[in-house]
Amino acid sequence: MAKREISEINAGSMADIAFLLLIFFLVTTTMDTDTGLLRKLPPPPEDNPEDIDVKQRNIFEVLVNANDQLLADGEYIPVTELKDKVKEFIKGDPNNPEMPEFKNEDVPIFGNIPVSKQIVSLQNDNGTSYQMYIKVQNELIAAYREVRNERALKEFGKSYDELVKLSETSETVNNQVEAIKAIYPQRISEAEPKAIGGAK
Amino acid sequence: MSKFRKKGSKGQPAISTAALPDIVFMLLFFFMVTTTMRETTLKVQVVTPKATEVEKMEKKSLVSYIYIGEPIKSLQGAFGTAPRIQLNDVFATKEDLFQFVEMEKDKRDEAERNMITWSLKVDQDTKMGIVTEVKQEMRKVNALKINYSSKKTDKIVD
Repeated sequence: MAKREISEINAGSMADIAFLLLIFFLVTTTMDTDTGLLRKLPPPPEDNPEDIDVKQRNIFEVLVNANDQLLADGEYIPVTELKDKVKEFIKGDPNNPEMPEFKNEDVPIFGNIPVSKQIVSLQNDNGTSYQMYIKVQNELIAAYREVRNERALKEFGKSYDELVKLSETSETVNNQVEAIKAIYPQRISEAEPKAIGGAK
Repeated sequence: MSKFRKKGSKGQPAISTAALPDIVFMLLFFFMVTTTMRETTLKVQVVTPKATEVEKMEKKSLVSYIYIGEPIKSLQGAFGTAPRIQLNDVFATKEDLFQFVEMEKDKRDEAERNMITWSLKVDQDTKMGIVTEVKQEMRKVNALKINYSSKKTDKIVD
């Protein structure tokens, strides 16, 4: 009997199979990476909330109405100017009676230094568009980030963003991050919404 | 001179396609690695707003999604154009959020339950009323880590 030759397996259809799989994955999967503004909601209100007195000068009031118009600390301004106003407010000025008060607090590295008692209060209408709301939130977050960046650059020679990136590797950097955070704590308070604009 | 040339005398050899499967497999693996499975079928139109301060979501397994927007065109006949909440694959009301949150928490390990991020995918033209209702409801059920899904952009315009 002649020796049987093993014929080569035809691999020509391999490509077809691979294409089939490829197309399956193209259809069933999505590529979008999820990005967004991370915020933390306040815990649910207690039954008998205590009235906390906050002086008017310590609050920066941001109001957005149903027509997406912005009132920042009593002034009607476009969104693009909001950031600079908020930055000025967060930084504060101990000698200006209009600006927020300062209170001595324990801060890592710096010890006991005066820290501004600033609070940014945001109130929107039920008719405000989501887009506008995100814009305002974005500008408030940006203001805090920039103020922190400037301070970190002045004190430690690196911006706050860089410090945060490096903070996992070293204890001292982590302390620096904590210090900057303690000097400019992000206090964005959202007031209970009102329905004035007529929209549901 | 003959009219028909002899077979295989001078013609170019066929291009070998032996490497084609390899190339396709490469593409396949690329897509398998870079993409994620679609988990829900969207029933609402969502165009997320743009922002500059966006952060990337780190752990996909710890993210649950809540969609808010107008029903898609094909469903507008039945459901109208008022913005609706979508949880998993179905339309929901704000009363369903409590159950949704509990179910999503049950899916995760006990240790990770408080680390869930709730990603709000809200259409940019939605009014804040419905979003605020959802936010208040989330506060009640102690789901406080919120992510307002938005796309990265360089500059905010008025």
